[in-house]
Amino acid sequence: MPDQLVFAMEVILNGLMAGVLYALVALGFVLIYKASGIFNYAQGVMALFAAMTLVGIMNGQVPFAHLINATFGTHIHYFGWNVPALLAIILTMAVMVLLAWAVQRFVMRHLVGQEPIILFMATIGLAYLLEGVADLMWGSEIKTLDVGLPQGINLWIDESTFNIFGYGFFIDNLDIVATVIAALLVAALVAFSQYTKQGRAMRAVADDHQAALSVGISLNFIWVMVWSVAGFVALVAGIMWGTKSGVQFSLSLIALKALPVLMLGGFTSIPGAIVGGLIIGVGEKLFEFAIGPLVGGATENWFAYVLALIFLVFRPQGLFGEKIIERV
Amino acid sequence: MKLKLATMALGAAMAAGPVMADLVFPSLSYRTGPYAAGGIPFADGYADYFTLLNERDGGIGGVATKVIECETGYNTEKGVECYESTKGEGSLVYQPLSTGITYQLIPKTTADGIPMHTMGYGRTSAKNGDVFSHTFNYPANYWDGASGAINYLLDTNNGDLSGKKIALVYHNSAYGKEPIRTLEELSAKHGFELVALPVDHPGQEQKSQWLQIRRDRPDFVLMWGWGVMNQVAVQEAANIRYPMENFIGIWWSGSENDVLPAGEAANGYKALTFHNVGTDFPVFDDLQKYVVDAGKAAGAGDQVGTVLYNRGLYAAMLAAEAAKKAQEIHGTADITPAMMRDGMEALEITEAKMTELGLPNFGPTFSVSCENHGGDALVGVTQWDATNKTWSLISEFKATDGDVIGPLINEDSGAYASENNIGSRC
Repeated sequence: MPDQLVFAMEVILNGLMAGVLYALVALGFVLIYKASGIFNYAQGVMALFAAMTLVGIMNGQVPFAHLINATFGTHIHYFGWNVPALLAIILTMAVMVLLAWAVQRFVMRHLVGQEPIILFMATIGLAYLLEGVADLMWGSEIKTLDVGLPQGINLWIDESTFNIFGYGFFIDNLDIVATVIAALLVAALVAFSQYTKQGRAMRAVADDHQAALSVGISLNFIWVMVWSVAGFVALVAGIMWGTKSGVQFSLSLIALKALPVLMLGGFTSIPGAIVGGLIIGVGEKLFEFAIGPLVGGATENWFAYVLALIFLVFRPQGLFGEKIIERV
Repeated sequence: MKLKLATMALGAAMAAGPVMADLVFPSLSYRTGPYAAGGIPFADGYADYFTLLNERDGGIGGVATKVIECETGYNTEKGVECYESTKGEGSLVYQPLSTGITYQLIPKTTADGIPMHTMGYGRTSAKNGDVFSHTFNYPANYWDGASGAINYLLDTNNGDLSGKKIALVYHNSAYGKEPIRTLEELSAKHGFELVALPVDHPGQEQKSQWLQIRRDRPDFVLMWGWGVMNQVAVQEAANIRYPMENFIGIWWSGSENDVLPAGEAANGYKALTFHNVGTDFPVFDDLQKYVVDAGKAAGAGDQVGTVLYNRGLYAAMLAAEAAKKAQEIHGTADITPAMMRDGMEALEITEAKMTELGLPNFGPTFSVSCENHGGDALVGVTQWDATNKTWSLISEFKATDGDVIGPLINEDSGAYASENNIGSRC
């Protein structure tokens, strides 16, 4: 088999894996948009906040230590204990639920019935607030996140492909784990929305707020639940990306990677986020591999948006989005 | 009664003698935003050194120093705002800490007569003091970095790089592209093949670049990265099992921030530098005594001795030494920005002076002149020990290739001089 074809196969596989990571971020956007029609600009910052909280809890860091020390003249930074990863994840999830409640209680509840653009603006404000709170709470230094996920080349794939093609493919173990987790997450979310009372209530709210209210569904509860689930998805995305690069401010920028995925997959479809992620992942990697060297490289960021725009022209609602029909 | 009070006040003022204004050193820091992890230690080191001078020596030449900090968030517009809002405070020298801000401030500082020091960043051709009267970039610049990396590789490969392949992984920005021209010239001179691999901002996704490195198997990889790009690159290099000892980053890719997230896998990674690392220097004892233990450390006081803290401290030390030189030249302790510029242009850093300052072998020896605002261009190499979590200087500060860099600097500064009608002044 020609070398270039083998290399292209490796690139496609890695593109699929990268796409899963993009989809993990896009999922959080979809969940909130589906349930409340809000494009949550703060989703990327939620991933950062969740990952910082997880590392802080694992390391026994005192939250707001700098503020406490500056106010009271103390010198405390750590409690002196370490929390096991699993327990820390559960505690972080509790913090994300608390955050969801606070967002609902202090922001969204007061904006019910407002134009979508107002709600969008509110999430921009929320993003910057959360960024500042995360910095103040846990400090802005880069933190190492190790919850025991494997990293590095998968030797089995390397050897197997070497035996077949004479060239061992590189697949990162972390990407394989991310793929498995994303598959489980999507299955769980689909099952939740289809087969549980709360999931059905969530879909009812998404369809029509007024109708849902009239049959006794609590809008407040559903929104807290949706923001909590989005917080959980943000935590998963934060763990995956944070393990790769360390937990730092730039984690909030992964939202940029989710936008073309949403444009392509649709804002209202969970499978759309996954398929959109895969198409973007493979598309950008393959373009960089084939065309990148001819145009000086670094094509991935803009090509993802070009790909999304092409889809948008032909299917404005995205691949799996609900078709917008307005009668006049 | 009023006349009596006025007379008394005048008499008291005369008896007290002339009141010296503080020597103002603005700090255009970035403690927030995506690059805060790099901005905080530098700002802390810069502030702590001036605090040390105040507490231990009573300032510089008997005049207290004052650091005015202004948050730029590493944003060019905010950086320019910071400059405009602080230049009237008697600011003696600006350190913009960003190539973008530097480019904006070159014409402004020149027009305002305030010197600017861009140590290891900014416009490389500002080394030509004949054109850039108020911009200084000693002791080293990006092109020195490129040449320093190649010289180090020559040293460790019996002086021969012909037939070797060297990949440059760079931030796809003006900063990241800085070394390309120099490396192309050096490639032609030494016969190695250069492969340039751009990474888009912010650099969280680099799979394509590292798959290519895995396919092409370059003998060495150089990196011009910043922020998250560095951590991801080191991790990806570890993932594809690229030998870390063959991977060298520029000085902005060589702090603890860049290697800690990869853990043990980052062991052996190298970075260029123009100053030493660690706390094994007498000045740190004074810092502990007069600044840290006294509760006067900047920020949280937890950055002392990190690579970027040391860089901030080194920048402050060079500014303080230039201020001393200015006081000496003009015979007054109360110096102006114009006098400070003269001090910077006459600065000479010898090993004897560094030892006297409690910083033996902390940085290269160099001198500045009207024509040469970039110093002697000496560059060293550090290496990361992941087990002990320490950087070590593994080479001396060595000369870079002036034969290649000199003409490039003259070409670029000459073009700037033509565009801006700047005549020779040296």
